[in-house]
Amino acid sequence: MVRKWFRNKDSVLSVALVTPSILAVAIFIYGFIAWSVRVSLSEWKGLLPNYNWAGFKNYIELFRDPRFQIDIRNTLIFTIIFVAGSLILGLALAILLDQNLPGEALFRGLFLFPMAISFIVTGVVWRWLMNPAMGDRMSGFNLLFTKLGLDFLVNAWHTTPKWGIAAIALAAIWQMSGYTMALYLGGLRAVPDEIREAARVDGASELRIYTNIILPLLRPITLSAMIILGHISLKVFDLIMAVAGKQLPLDVPAIYMYQTTFDGYFYWRGAAISIILLVSVATLIIPYLWFTLRSEAEI
Amino acid sequence: MSSIQNTSKQRPINIGLKWRYLLYIPLILMAIFYLIPLYVMLITGFKSFEEISLVTMWDLPRSLGFDNFTEAFNKLGPYLLNSFKMVIPAAIISSFLGSVNGFVLAKWKFRGADIIFPLILFGMFIPYQSILIPLVQFMRTIGLYGSIPGLILVHVIYGIPITTLTFRNYYAGLPKELVEASRMDGAGLLGTYWHILLPLSLPSFVVVIIWQFTSAWNDFLFAVALTNTQSWPITVALNNMAGSQIIAWNVQMAGSLLAALPTLLVYIFLGRYFLRGLMAGSLKG
Repeated sequence: MVRKWFRNKDSVLSVALVTPSILAVAIFIYGFIAWSVRVSLSEWKGLLPNYNWAGFKNYIELFRDPRFQIDIRNTLIFTIIFVAGSLILGLALAILLDQNLPGEALFRGLFLFPMAISFIVTGVVWRWLMNPAMGDRMSGFNLLFTKLGLDFLVNAWHTTPKWGIAAIALAAIWQMSGYTMALYLGGLRAVPDEIREAARVDGASELRIYTNIILPLLRPITLSAMIILGHISLKVFDLIMAVAGKQLPLDVPAIYMYQTTFDGYFYWRGAAISIILLVSVATLIIPYLWFTLRSEAEI
Repeated sequence: MSSIQNTSKQRPINIGLKWRYLLYIPLILMAIFYLIPLYVMLITGFKSFEEISLVTMWDLPRSLGFDNFTEAFNKLGPYLLNSFKMVIPAAIISSFLGSVNGFVLAKWKFRGADIIFPLILFGMFIPYQSILIPLVQFMRTIGLYGSIPGLILVHVIYGIPITTLTFRNYYAGLPKELVEASRMDGAGLLGTYWHILLPLSLPSFVVVIIWQFTSAWNDFLFAVALTNTQSWPITVALNNMAGSQIIAWNVQMAGSLLAALPTLLVYIFLGRYFLRGLMAGSLKG
């Protein structure tokens, strides 16, 4: 009797302990998302809230907006270069580090340190390194290239017409490729030695062991990395702000959202952009969460 | 976490010893690539003002000077302090909250816990823009807009998913018998947590505190949307300094290093724990 009472008391207590957090998540995440959706369907433009119903025409207007079309294009270019670059570089570094060379830990630490610093610091430094000034005012990478006799590499970086966003993706690759390296290295270290041995006994060349055996084993990691990097890339904001500020050729949805809402008071439009961002992130993340948690439950 | 520490005795690529050393060439080239921004920040910071010139920006300083660091510190000092005032309480509160949540979700499951957990986790991935307008309105209403306590509250709340996840995974990995034995001894929920699990939680506390410290320190979106000139954390102040044409690039480089230093030091000295937080973020806990 007494024990049962205790256990009931504890189940009440366990619920009570997590209730504040659950409520916080319910309100500050789901409640606020619902609130944003409502703003995105309203006529709110200006300092004072205005919840008059405007409906889905807000979204239609947004997709017709030339600035938003630039944002979509920039996000696509940024995502492709950033994700592909981080995956390739991360995999290459992981394979190199997997060779048991002395000093491996030092290199590993070096490749990962950018993860510890902010996109703002990265952006401020890269903004300077990618300084597009020519002639006497030349500096940063362009100056370095000239000194090393690599003049053909001198370019306008993020001020390149149309493709400037690709230069910012380079800074993002610098920051995040160590993370992909760590994911891949974990995968490579999990490949049992016996598999390599067996392949060698069968006469497979070292290259073929990688292309035919190891890379296919790493496929789930590639998928996870693509999802994580992809959702980071959809949200990119700080890095571009720090490299270039709010410039139309380098605009992305997160910057448009911020500027139109807090500088321009177009609350409905800011909310609509944020909901489109949310939906695109959710499309990547919900299946990922589903499969990760399910496979975790099976173990 | 899938370990990236090496356990294999074997050399993965079976090629001659001489050839293996050639692998250092790409490794060193890549290391240089990763170090370039740090190199520029450091050498610029240590040059004296007289030595600053575009032509020699890649050269090592001829003598050690601190002009740039001093100037950057004069400009950024108050904002560095704001950041410390914000991240330390945020990291500590977050980790306790995460620990309690993780404990209940891992070891004292109640009905519906399996549905609630993914719903909490999703909150870790959302673009914060999608809650930003209501959040700003809310903070204005409760009078915390523009203040450091307001920013602490925000980091604690939006830190719930990652902190809960890290602790839950850690507690889920501890043997069931621990909790059962404690129950047999008549300990209740709180007693079990306090006497059995909490003392074992130190590594997870380190991971979570470091993680929250780093992400709150590096945050820009919440900071720029919710603070004013008095309460700017370092990221906002640095970004504004870089955007102004008045402050010279050399001071900006020194300022960037100051802004990066706290999290960089944490990484250098506690890298192992930082990495565990990083891996938890991709659910590979």
